[in-house]
Amino acid sequence: MTMRFDRVSVTKGTREILSEITLSLNEHRVGVIGHNGSGKSTFLRLFNGLEKPSSGTVRFGETEDDLRHHVGFMFQNPDNQVVYPMVEEDLAFGLKSRKLPKAEVAARIERVLSELSLTHLKDRLTHQLSGGEKQMVALAGVLVTEPELICFDEPTTLLDLRNKMQFMSALSTLPQPAVVVSHDLDLLAGFDRILHIADGRIHADGKPEDVIPAYKALCEDLDEC
Amino acid sequence: MLTDLYIPGDSLLHRARPAWKLGVLFLYCTSVFVISHPLMLAAGLALVALGYGIAGLGPRDAFTAIRPALVVLLIIFVAQLWLETLSLAAYVTLRLMALLMAAALVTYTTRASEFTEGILALLSRAPKWVPKDKIALAMSLVWRFIPMIRAQFDEVREAQRARGLERNMLALVVPLVVRTLKTADEVAEAITARSLD
Ligand SMILES: Nc1ncnc2c1ncn2[C@@H]1O[C@H](COP(=O)(O)OP(=O)(O)OP(=O)(O)O)[C@@H](O)[C@H]1O
Ligand SMILES: [Mg+2]
Repeated sequence: MTMRFDRVSVTKGTREILSEITLSLNEHRVGVIGHNGSGKSTFLRLFNGLEKPSSGTVRFGETEDDLRHHVGFMFQNPDNQVVYPMVEEDLAFGLKSRKLPKAEVAARIERVLSELSLTHLKDRLTHQLSGGEKQMVALAGVLVTEPELICFDEPTTLLDLRNKMQFMSALSTLPQPAVVVSHDLDLLAGFDRILHIADGRIHADGKPEDVIPAYKALCEDLDEC
Repeated sequence: MLTDLYIPGDSLLHRARPAWKLGVLFLYCTSVFVISHPLMLAAGLALVALGYGIAGLGPRDAFTAIRPALVVLLIIFVAQLWLETLSLAAYVTLRLMALLMAAALVTYTTRASEFTEGILALLSRAPKWVPKDKIALAMSLVWRFIPMIRAQFDEVREAQRARGLERNMLALVVPLVVRTLKTADEVAEAITARSLD
C-alpha cells in the first residue's frame, strides 16, 4: 500500500515547519535523516495522524481519516511508551479500543512475544525491565495491533550497542514496511530509500549510497553534525 | 503501600478475587480500629503475619510496606508518648503499622489490572456517561508511574547533590516538575498513537 503526501505543510504559530511536501512511499524500508530541528519528527508524526497537516493531504492507500488504524508508531524513549505495570497488560492495552474477543487478544500477545523471543518477559513488572527490554516490549505493543506500516522515531538512540543490534535485527525481520528516523547512518545503510529533510523540505531523496555520502559531505562542509 | 506493588506468585491470596480481598481488608481495618483492645491488636498482627506467610512474603516485604511512612509513624509515636503513655504510644503506632501492612498485602498479591477490573465491575452500574475505560486507564497509569516518579526524584536529587544543591528545595522540585510534565506529554502521545480513540 502506498503512503501519499500531497502538498503537505505544517505551520506552528507563524513558523512553517514543513513546506509543501509531495511524495509517495511504498518501499519496504525508508530512512529519514536531517539535522536536529529540521522537521523529521513532525514529518513522521503525520504518518499516523499524531500531527495534522495545516494544508494538503496525507493518505494511506485510500484512507485519509483513520490513519491510526493502519499505521503503528514507536518513539525514542522506552520509559514513556510502556504504560501498564505488567508486560502482558501493556500489550493488551493497544487492543482494548479494537474490541477483539479475549481469546484473540491472548493469542496475538503469545504470537508476538514468541516472534520477538520475549516470552520470558510476559509476567514481568514493566518498571523493572532494562531500557532495551522495555523498547522491545514497546515494539511488541505496536505489533499486536497488526499495523500495515510502522514508523520509528529514533528508536535506538537511548539503547546501548548490544540492545541496538538486537532491536535492529528484530526490525529487519518485520514483514511490514517501516519508516525510520535516525541519526545513526550505519543503521540506514541497507535501506531501500532515504529522505534527507532540511528546513522543512525534502532536500534529497534516493538510494542510501547516493543520499548518505552527500549528507555526510554537507555536514563536513558546514562543520556541523 | 503503593511502592513496589504486585509481587508475582501463585498463592491462595494471589488467586483470591480482588473484590474479596478488598472486602476483607475493609473488615479488618474497621475491626482493628473499632475494637480498641490489645488482644484485638495482637490478633490483628498475627493475622497479618499469617497472611504474609500464606502469600510467600517475608518480613522484608512487610517492612517495605511501612518504610515510606516511617517518619509519620515516628512523629505519631513521639506525640503520643509526650501526651499519653508509652504503652498507648506503642499501641497506636503498632495499630497503624498493622493497617499499612495489611493494605500492602492486598496490593502485593493483586495485579493492577485485576484492581482495575474490580473497580470497573463496581462501576458497571454507573450511568453511561461515566467514562469507565478512561477511569481504568488513569488508575493503571498511577500504578505504573509512582515507581517511575520516585526514580526520577532520586535521579534529580543525585544530580543536584553532585552540584552541591541538595539543600535547595527549588533546585529539586523545578526539574522534577518539568520532567514529569514532559513525561506526561510523551506518554499521552504514545497512548494516542496506540489506541484508536
Ligand atoms: N509545538 C511546536 N511549536 C513550535 N515549534 C515547534 C513545535 N514542535 C516542534 N517545533 C519546531 O519545529 C521544528 C522541527 O521539529 P522536529 O521535532 O520535527 O525536528 P526533528 O528533525 O525531529 O529534530 P530532532 O533531530 O532534534 O529530533 C523545530 O525547530 C522545533 O523547534
Ligand atoms: Mg525528532
